[in-house]
Amino acid sequence: MINIGLGHYLTLGAIIFTIGVIGIFLNRKNIIVILMSIELILLAVNINLVAFSIYLNDLSGQVFTLFILTVAAAEAAIGLAIIVVYFRNSGTIRVEEINKLKG
Amino acid sequence: MELSVIILPLVASVISGFFGRYIGDRNSEIVTSVLVSVSAIISFVIFYNVIANNYEENIVIATWINSGSLNVNWSMNIDPLSAVMLVVVTSVSSLVHIYSIGYMSHDPHKPRFMAYLSLFTFTMLMLVTSDNFIQLFFGWEGVGLCSYFLIGFWFKKETANAAAIKAFLVNRVGDLGLALGIFLIFHLFGTLNYDEVFKQIPSVAAAGVTPFLNKELIFLGLNFKAVDLICLLLFLGAMGKSAQIFLHTWLPDAMEGPTPVSALIHAATMVTAGVFLVVRCSPIYEYSELALNVITVVGMTTAIFAATVALVQTDIKKIIAYSTCSQLGYMFFATGVGAYNVAMFHLFTHAFFKALLFLGSGSVIHAFKDEQDINQMGGVWKKLPYTYVLMIVGTLALTGFPLMSGFYSKDAIIEFAYLRGNTAGYYAAGIGIFTAFLTSIYSWRLIFKTFHGNYNNRNIKIEDTHESPLVTLIPLILLAIGAIFAGFIFKDLFIGHHGLTSNYWSQSIFFLEPLSSEHPPYWIVYLTPLLVIISIPLSYYLFVKNKKITDEVVKGNQPLYKFLLNKWYFDELYEVVFVKSSKKVGIFLWKFFDLRIIDGFGPDGVSKIIKKLSIKANKFQSGHIYQYAFIMLLGFSAFLTFLIIK
Repeated sequence: MINIGLGHYLTLGAIIFTIGVIGIFLNRKNIIVILMSIELILLAVNINLVAFSIYLNDLSGQVFTLFILTVAAAEAAIGLAIIVVYFRNSGTIRVEEINKLKG
Repeated sequence: MELSVIILPLVASVISGFFGRYIGDRNSEIVTSVLVSVSAIISFVIFYNVIANNYEENIVIATWINSGSLNVNWSMNIDPLSAVMLVVVTSVSSLVHIYSIGYMSHDPHKPRFMAYLSLFTFTMLMLVTSDNFIQLFFGWEGVGLCSYFLIGFWFKKETANAAAIKAFLVNRVGDLGLALGIFLIFHLFGTLNYDEVFKQIPSVAAAGVTPFLNKELIFLGLNFKAVDLICLLLFLGAMGKSAQIFLHTWLPDAMEGPTPVSALIHAATMVTAGVFLVVRCSPIYEYSELALNVITVVGMTTAIFAATVALVQTDIKKIIAYSTCSQLGYMFFATGVGAYNVAMFHLFTHAFFKALLFLGSGSVIHAFKDEQDINQMGGVWKKLPYTYVLMIVGTLALTGFPLMSGFYSKDAIIEFAYLRGNTAGYYAAGIGIFTAFLTSIYSWRLIFKTFHGNYNNRNIKIEDTHESPLVTLIPLILLAIGAIFAGFIFKDLFIGHHGLTSNYWSQSIFFLEPLSSEHPPYWIVYLTPLLVIISIPLSYYLFVKNKKITDEVVKGNQPLYKFLLNKWYFDELYEVVFVKSSKKVGIFLWKFFDLRIIDGFGPDGVSKIIKKLSIKANKFQSGHIYQYAFIMLLGFSAFLTFLIIK
């Protein structure tokens, strides 16, 4: 029987974080996937917070997580809204074609 | 009051040069003419003071350089010598200013022209009134600069620009000599003030021990006595400025400038600066037999060379330019035989009649609507009565017709050359007489071809030639008065009676041995005027009555004629020897050194590298968000790693 401890949680968080990061720059197709990857990174942080909260017997970590989830929901909504507006303006949300961020 | 002689032309130049466009053409002409005329009147007062009261003063205006043992003042040194130059410069200059109002009436750049003329007057006055070699050098370069400006005044004419550059470059050769001479003087004497330098020379010579005057110096691989070397170097400067043979080529080309400029700068004042320099340095030259002989030879060679060339030229201004060259040769061989006062006397009279001739030729050129070829003129003496008479006066004075000013000065030069009593002196006197004869022939040739014979111009009808306006004639008349009477009136003052040397010059001219006061043999006294008078009917016969003889002579002596027409091939020689080779060096330095090496590794190279780098850097900025995010992540991890490891 494996005793699941802090280390496992942190490893899980790190894996999810890495998946998120790789998702951002390996993804060449869809900008919504980037948004999802960002959410993944945020969730990885949350897992860390909760894990440490249990480990240190300090509730404030879990309270923080709830706050972050709330903010993340709002942020996802704003992100999706931006994408909708962008699609309306340029007619595409393909990542390769979004390259206006240069001089 | 004395200072205003110098300051007024400068003020005039500043007003006209900087504010000419605000005060208008007419006002700048009036301001410059009036101020320079006032300056001329004051110099006459000074001149009178010097004659009557032996007035001499050295007015220090400011300390210019005070560094170690080099003490140089900006000063106005009034002595007999500079007083003469003051009168010559300011009077001719003011007349030329007035003349220019009429002559330049169709020119769009009048204020600029007047400003240059006044600036020239200022620098020339700085040259003649200095009490040290540095201020002299300043004036020397200043007049050179103004000469450059004025020769190239019509800057749209390519020939004028080329002539201006030529004048500047040829003068550099002479100025190098002058500068080296000044360095040498400072090196040997430790000072550059005339007084102190001149004081050291005789005391050193009298003591019998001549530590540096006889010191052997090696220059260009030759051994020179120090005093000879100083004199020769200074004379090189004088040759450049006074257009002596080998460095004369710029003067005829300088005729590209407006005619008033030719009259003021290239006849009356600037070109005589060389003579002035030698006379001013007479205390040094008197101790250098070698330099005096060189001056004599160069002077007489120039005199006869220029006279022969003037015989065949057809451009009215070039004839007079060569005549100037020739007369400067006279002045130099006068200094060469030790007759400095006579040289100054000829300088004085020459300024009047040569300015008169130039301004008169300007009037002729104006009448023919900018035609300068005397073959395109003729038969207009009735149409231009005043100009005709005035030109005749100038010619009589130049050729030394009895009782005219040139008669006294030129004959005195020949006599003193004869009285010198050495080989160079006899030779110079002979050449002088022959040159006087040539002078007479070519001057009358000019008159007869211009005013007599058939009318030869096809471009404008004889009815359309017209006399110049009064404003240009009045200066001519005043100059004519000078040309007639200057010799007669000032003869006794400048060179004294026969048997009595003048004491006007007092300390300003130094004679090691007093000039010979014997009476020259009568044949010398009468020969020159005789030749001069004979040459009038002779040239009338040759150039008006019976032109066939002249044409026959020309045909029979084609090589000689070509030789003279091409000015002894000096320009061609210099073209081959100096111009081409230095052009090659210049082009090599430009194409290879400048463009390839300096530009290649310097500005151009650096900018090329930066351009390449920035094209590379440009590729980083793709606009793709995921790449930016990746870079940010890389950077973030690098920082983090750095922090953790530390």
